Amino acid sequence: MSQMTMTPVQRRDVLRDDPLAQYSRMLEIRHFEELVNELFAQGEIHGTTHLCLGQEALAVGIAAELPTDHAVAATYRGHGVALALGMTPQVVLAEIMGRSAGCVGGVGGSMHLCDMSVGLLPTSAIIGAGIPIAAGAALAYQTLEEQSVAVAIFGDGAANIGAFHEGLNLAAVWKLPVVFVIDNNVYGEYSRIDRTTPFEDLHLRSASYGIPGVTVDGMDSDLVQDTMRVALERARNGQGPTLIEAKTYRFAGHSRADTAPYRPEGELEQWKKRDPLLVTKQRLLKKGAASEDQLDQLEATIKEELESVLDEVRSLPSPNPAAMFDHIYAEQVSV
Amino acid sequence: MGSMRMNQAIATALAEEMRENSSVIVMGEDVADAGGPFKTSEGLLKEFGPKRVRDTPISEMGFTGAAVGAAALGLRPVVEIMFVEFLGVALDAVVTEAAKFRYLSQGQVSCPMVVRASIGSGLGFGCQHSQTLENWVAATPGLKVACPSDPQSAYGLLKAAIRDPDPVIFLEPRALYASRGEVVTGPDGLLELGRARIAREGTKATVVTLGRTTSLTRAAAQQANLDIEIIDLLSLVPWDVKTVCASVKRTGRLVVIEEAPHSGGWGSEIISTITAQAFASLDAAPFRITAPDVPVPYQRDLEALYLPSESEIVRQLESYLVTGVVPQPWWTQEGIAR
Ligand SMILES: Cc1ncc(C[n+]2csc(CCOP(=O)(O)OP(=O)(O)O)c2C)c(N)n1
Ligand SMILES: [Mg+2]
Repeated sequence: MSQMTMTPVQRRDVLRDDPLAQYSRMLEIRHFEELVNELFAQGEIHGTTHLCLGQEALAVGIAAELPTDHAVAATYRGHGVALALGMTPQVVLAEIMGRSAGCVGGVGGSMHLCDMSVGLLPTSAIIGAGIPIAAGAALAYQTLEEQSVAVAIFGDGAANIGAFHEGLNLAAVWKLPVVFVIDNNVYGEYSRIDRTTPFEDLHLRSASYGIPGVTVDGMDSDLVQDTMRVALERARNGQGPTLIEAKTYRFAGHSRADTAPYRPEGELEQWKKRDPLLVTKQRLLKKGAASEDQLDQLEATIKEELESVLDEVRSLPSPNPAAMFDHIYAEQVSV
Repeated sequence: MGSMRMNQAIATALAEEMRENSSVIVMGEDVADAGGPFKTSEGLLKEFGPKRVRDTPISEMGFTGAAVGAAALGLRPVVEIMFVEFLGVALDAVVTEAAKFRYLSQGQVSCPMVVRASIGSGLGFGCQHSQTLENWVAATPGLKVACPSDPQSAYGLLKAAIRDPDPVIFLEPRALYASRGEVVTGPDGLLELGRARIAREGTKATVVTLGRTTSLTRAAAQQANLDIEIIDLLSLVPWDVKTVCASVKRTGRLVVIEEAPHSGGWGSEIISTITAQAFASLDAAPFRITAPDVPVPYQRDLEALYLPSESEIVRQLESYLVTGVVPQPWWTQEGIAR
């Protein structure tokens, strides 16, 4: 059965112990992002978008280890996280394309995805906002004595904003069941990390809060999953938060129009040797989980499926004007 | 029913709601052990324990943001911002996260949280601890804003705010914490968000007040025997258009009294709405009595002048009632500022 026809929860469950399913999801994210990039370039979608090309393994590694009743606070660079957590390419693309069938009815757009059936809180376009929010979700779990753990995923740039400090401090002092994941993709907008941050190993920041800080190769979904497992275990045992720093790299520019002229020569090429799709593919081949032909076939199928998702979404209606008045308050208030 | 100070009425409302609903928690700086810097949470720690009554680190951005996440996942957090100015460092969590979560999830997520903050001048705290700042939050769809004017309304509105499914900013006039009044507790004491109350009946003008200006205006009316109808707004978002409009249709005149600086105040919003809806009923131009466009000054006499004082309210209303002409504020009259 194609992952694209499964429900979000099924899409999540299928990742858990299935390396091929994980690879397949990474391919889906990769080609989804490339498709979105094209649609923006052609002017078919308006606004802006933040792609996660090169960061697929981090999203899938986290999702593979995380049950669906664990809340995730993620960011505007969220297509990959949303797809990894289980949301379908249909509802994500429909949201990005402003269709009423989008995950939030087309009023959100590329930066604002949400599906609580797989734990994804509304993604925020404000740097660092999700960090205290995840701590708060964990506070709810702790107070209501639920077994879930909250996760915040945010960028290296977010490690410099006040919310990072306040969120981690609060979570540490209250021993909240939360995992903080820094997606250290080396850049915050157009600035390389060495121009904004006194050191690049951001897991060291954990020392300020007396919590464990670990670093993981974010290009390898297996390693990410292993690291998540340990952090989740700790949180479940009442030992509090963990700071995980995943070393990744942003293959695309920051947002739609950015061609990233500021990269040092050769840096991108160097990182592309560690392309998460390559890393996973080589492992699958080595283990004999599939043949090269089979993997190529899988990729071709996913590309085809995404093309038909696009056709389908193109035919969907836009929201009507009344939609912008919905869901502001529990009951519509006439102010 | 019994006589209480406003801070006791707040603590009583909190305790009752916490008894009623185990998902209600209270957090803020020194709210637990110390019972609150203004004694608005006295006794809560003892009754409900440290899991539900939490002293936070000094990190408004952190714990207000945490309240958003906690509310999204099933708690009903009541956050205390000691002075409303400190909301400045937590504004994102309120205006850009909590207020948007329902919208950005199309109803999957709600944020039933209350942000309580003390507001206002009159205690000599200087201009960084004396503002009301209701205008910061009143223009954000997704938030509700309430402001009590006495112990009864503090009790009844706070309970309504805690039960409300949406984020509510609850602004408590600091100068009133120690004021006493009879409080009807229980269901009869409950108030409804969005509903104003007529604080004094009268026939010659409708005077809309909020928070601290309610008792000042009532005192002014009593002292000068003004035949005015005082409408204590109680909720700023949503505000009770119906009650104000009906009153203006009876009196033919509208005045709004605000503690905040003149420019950009919510009173303009009220005047514009009512003018559009009841223009034919008006027999004089509506106007506002406000603070001047200045930071709150420290020196005692200047601070007393800042907030529309009882005598200033009397002077302006008396002149307006007699002439129908909009009076000038004291600073214009004295040629100090426009
Ligand atoms: C509070 C805030 N300041 C600035 C911005 C503008 N902005 C959007 S993305 C971005 C870079 C963030 O970098 P990082 O946290 O590393 O995340 P990445 O984009 O690399 O995933 C900035 C500065 C913002 N959205 N929010
Ligand atoms: Mg970055």
